[in-house]
Amino acid sequence: MSIRERLSGNEAAATAMKQINPDVVAAFPITPSTEIPQYFSTFVANGNVDTEFVAVESEHSAMSACIGAEAAGARAMTATSANGLSLMWEMIYIASSLRLPIVLSLVNRAVSGPLNIHCDHSDAMGVRDSGWIMLFSENNQEAYDNLLMAHRIAENENVLLPLMVCQDGFITSHSIENIELEEDDKVKKFVGEYHPNHYLLNDKEPMAIGPLDLQAYLFEHKAQQANAMKAAKDVILQVSKDFESWTGRHYGLFEEYMLDDCDFAIVCMNSTAGTAKAVVNDLRAKGIKAGLLKIRVYRPFPAEEVAEALSNLKAVAVLDRADSLNGMGGALFEDVVSSMYVAGKQVPIVNYVYGIGGRDTTCNDIESVYNDLSEIAQSGKVDNPYRYLGLRKGDM
Amino acid sequence: MSEINNNTPIDEMTIGGNIYEAGNARNFKTGDWRSVKPVFIRENCRQCGLCFPVCPENAIPVSKDDLQRTDFNYDYCKGCGVCAKVCPFSAITMKEEGV
Amino acid sequence: MSDLIEIRWHGRGGQGAKTASLLLADAAFNTGKYIQGFPEYGPERMGAPITAYNRISSDPITVHSNIYEPDYVVVVDDTLLESVNVTSGLKPSGAIVINTTKSADYLKSVLNDYSGDIYTIDARKISMEALGRYFPNTPMLAAIVKVSHIMSDEDFLNDMKDSFKHKFAKKPEVIDGNMKAIEMALNEVKKI
Repeated sequence: MSIRERLSGNEAAATAMKQINPDVVAAFPITPSTEIPQYFSTFVANGNVDTEFVAVESEHSAMSACIGAEAAGARAMTATSANGLSLMWEMIYIASSLRLPIVLSLVNRAVSGPLNIHCDHSDAMGVRDSGWIMLFSENNQEAYDNLLMAHRIAENENVLLPLMVCQDGFITSHSIENIELEEDDKVKKFVGEYHPNHYLLNDKEPMAIGPLDLQAYLFEHKAQQANAMKAAKDVILQVSKDFESWTGRHYGLFEEYMLDDCDFAIVCMNSTAGTAKAVVNDLRAKGIKAGLLKIRVYRPFPAEEVAEALSNLKAVAVLDRADSLNGMGGALFEDVVSSMYVAGKQVPIVNYVYGIGGRDTTCNDIESVYNDLSEIAQSGKVDNPYRYLGLRKGDM
Repeated sequence: MSEINNNTPIDEMTIGGNIYEAGNARNFKTGDWRSVKPVFIRENCRQCGLCFPVCPENAIPVSKDDLQRTDFNYDYCKGCGVCAKVCPFSAITMKEEGV
Repeated sequence: MSDLIEIRWHGRGGQGAKTASLLLADAAFNTGKYIQGFPEYGPERMGAPITAYNRISSDPITVHSNIYEPDYVVVVDDTLLESVNVTSGLKPSGAIVINTTKSADYLKSVLNDYSGDIYTIDARKISMEALGRYFPNTPMLAAIVKVSHIMSDEDFLNDMKDSFKHKFAKKPEVIDGNMKAIEMALNEVKKI
């Protein structure tokens, strides 16, 4: 039986980590993810877990310690945000290229500068092509559930890639909300034990990792990573199916909310999807056929599936909570547009950069996007595909 | 583990370039890096034992039977010259390759 | 029709407005509701004006934004009345609850002639009498429960007793004082 509780997103993530009881957690505090290692260190001190907690002196060291632990044969986890992830950057690539299934809880926050501690997705977008599986979470429940599924996905022998579970800084990390928790022993059984085929502490098989990898080899090793990323899609679906038969909670590559019969839809990630659902409900009550596609699995990007799901729409708006500053639109927008183009699906599509640095995104903001979509659906034309939502405008 | 070289297809390569066996430096002959070559002058050698511990490539073989050093193993000697520097008896001289 | 109630708290850092919003979420959760309790984070300094929010509903809550048109506003510190627009967006059908001893005329003038109900409570007096120290959040929590009818007084009292027993397991002597503060607040909050 699930346990009815109320927890903040950070409490939910820390609870998942407690139930997973990893061998090693190495972390350095940074707002707004600080509470995760803080709560976890109390679990360690109270003997709720038998994890080796490594209080490192930087995020670079946190990821390095996780890499060492995971390579040695341990299950390692960490948490960070924004500039913490930036400081990990070098080691983020090492973790994925060494094929170490480390699990990271990323509490999304704007990467400086200027200094801002609030939510946007610029931290996650900075590592979107680093070979990590990336799962996004609308609320505390999804952050918890994604973490419970994380190891089975990452450690699958066809995958062996690190995985990060993202949730919105403050908006969900610091908001107390209802949540269904699972029982400790059931979690333990679902997550299972970690028995890697090859590991450094195996005295039966001395091994070397991270060798010099020059022109004759690196290309193939990168292609192997890419193949593993593609293979992760089926593994994610299989694990999600097992999770659903256990908890009753359904997860796919993305969530389709009133998408079947809709005229136009928003594509977005994390907490804004919840706000959009409320707006969709209101619009539906007025007879307006609005819909939503919420990306859960951002890496690997479910290109064929997204293109198929959006193919019959009259207009689509992609919301990016990070500006790529490239003069042509946000990262999610580019992914969706590429998916549609390659699949030969022609739908008018528009991009909105929103919520930068924690700028609040209200139901009214989302409704204005649906109003724009209604016009685009009628005219079939998109004048300016690269737009802002909630930006103060002057005479630009 | 079978040998992986620049003809190995992608599916036969280990992930991350992992090497699942120890002692494989033997498979990598560093002798072709050499531009200057140590020459062993046997008659000057007093078998003092200073040269072989400093060799970074273990390219100075020592006989297990009589603990006497023998001639260089040029498959691995990179020509660094450390042995010649430590020899107190001028039993090793460095000579340019190909001259 | 959804029975969603949205509440905005105004206080100063260190007065426990955030804690009060989380306690309210807890109490509503314990009566079976769906809840949200979240502060608006700014510079975290003692004495700086802070805002916290609650959503409470019988149905799941998916909206993740701040609250701009609350049903209720709670003001934990009346010195904020002249510096913060506490009635901003407050629904006329709702109410504002203020910790104050100021006159009705003064309150009406600083509240920009807010047309909804105005409730006051002297949380300082209650806190000093019941607890011997100034903790305004417990009386203010009781006051908003009374005014908003989120739950019955009886359910609220039972729930708070349980949670104090848990929270103050190591110093049971403060449980009675806190319960007394709540009972006094339930009785003393009044409409002007």
